[in-house]
Amino acid sequence: MTWQGLELVAWGIPWTLAVTAGAFLLGAALGVPLCAMHVSRSRVLHGLAVALIVALRSIPPIVWLFLLYFGVGSGYLKVGAVQAAVVALGLITAANMAEIYRGALRSIHPGQWDAAQALGLPVRSELVDVIVPQVFRVTLPSAATYIIGLLKDSAIASTIGVAEITYLANFLSRKQFNESLTIFAFAGMLYILISLPLAALARLADGRLRARVAQ
Amino acid sequence: MSDLLSFWATQLPALLRGMRISLQVTGMALAIGIPLGLIAALAVQSPSRLIRLPALAVVEVGRGAPALILLQFAYFGLPSAGIQLSAMMAAIAALSWTTCAYTSEIIRAGLQAVARGQQEAATALGFSRLDELRFVIVPQGMRVAAPALLGFAILMLQATSLCFTIALPELLSQAYQIGTITFRYMDTLMLAALLYAAICIPATVLVAAIERRLDRHTA
Repeated sequence: MTWQGLELVAWGIPWTLAVTAGAFLLGAALGVPLCAMHVSRSRVLHGLAVALIVALRSIPPIVWLFLLYFGVGSGYLKVGAVQAAVVALGLITAANMAEIYRGALRSIHPGQWDAAQALGLPVRSELVDVIVPQVFRVTLPSAATYIIGLLKDSAIASTIGVAEITYLANFLSRKQFNESLTIFAFAGMLYILISLPLAALARLADGRLRARVAQ
Repeated sequence: MSDLLSFWATQLPALLRGMRISLQVTGMALAIGIPLGLIAALAVQSPSRLIRLPALAVVEVGRGAPALILLQFAYFGLPSAGIQLSAMMAAIAALSWTTCAYTSEIIRAGLQAVARGQQEAATALGFSRLDELRFVIVPQGMRVAAPALLGFAILMLQATSLCFTIALPELLSQAYQIGTITFRYMDTLMLAALLYAAICIPATVLVAAIERRLDRHTA
């Protein structure tokens, strides 16, 4: 595999990162209301959240991607490939992040709610100053692990022509057929290399942040 | 609405044919991958570096690289090394690798959950290391791992949709094909999504029920 070949596939890194980051930010944001609906006292909101989460998780990501890109995109409104990838993966991320948030909420000691109330804190302050900072700390390691999975899922964006790592590996392997083995091995290695710092971060965050949550 | 339903009725047989292939690939990947996962789980705990390091490499690459890359490596990559696999074989090979890598971690956690006293008891009874694994540790560890393995099986069925990229006529490929012919992408893809959901949702509910049941029996 030539140096130019390596360089071409490596040019996919920014797009891989962009799709992963975009989808994660969208999902982390949408996950908050989804989680709120899930723990809501209203039966309708709770039911809706459960239905959304189940649907998002039990249909394969690539099917969501095609539904958005070919389904919505072919008749209802124009959807770009990158947008479709970010939104499809972002929606699935929202469902998973909602579950991660919910788990974190449950892990907060009930005494924290009682203490905030005993101090006479307004509801806003109770959430913003007491609960959310702790939820955030418990969430971080799971979120970092989830991002690694998302990074690998972002490879499906290659199927609709986003010029990320897998797409470029495919493109190059078609031109240099006799080197396709090394090309895909290199592409796979790139994903592993990108996920190494994320995995280290997850481990670090796990140890440090858990120590700062009231038990 | 009735137009949509009659369209679905005409396309359903093709999609069900695709679904059968999806299920076949899932079944084969699990049948090959889980035993390999058990072997890998034991191998990564081996004191011998000669066994441990290759096993670690297989597991880490299988978990670290996207399944899509493994699939394309098997289908487009291996021919350049002189190994020509059919789409079905490439799909089974790549997804077995993924299964082996992920399930080895699940099984390792299960084996570690077996109480230490069990191992000591086996040693005290004079079991050989192999018999200890075969009769004491593995049966109990696999029971602990069972719910997580079932959950993984559901993810594997979803992962077969990636085989679209290597032209295996599974469920998503069939739906896409019909979409290009009829240009009714939305309608066909919706039916495909419903078929995936029709398997995955009941399966998820079932796994959760099994998990609760097994929980009852552990102290």
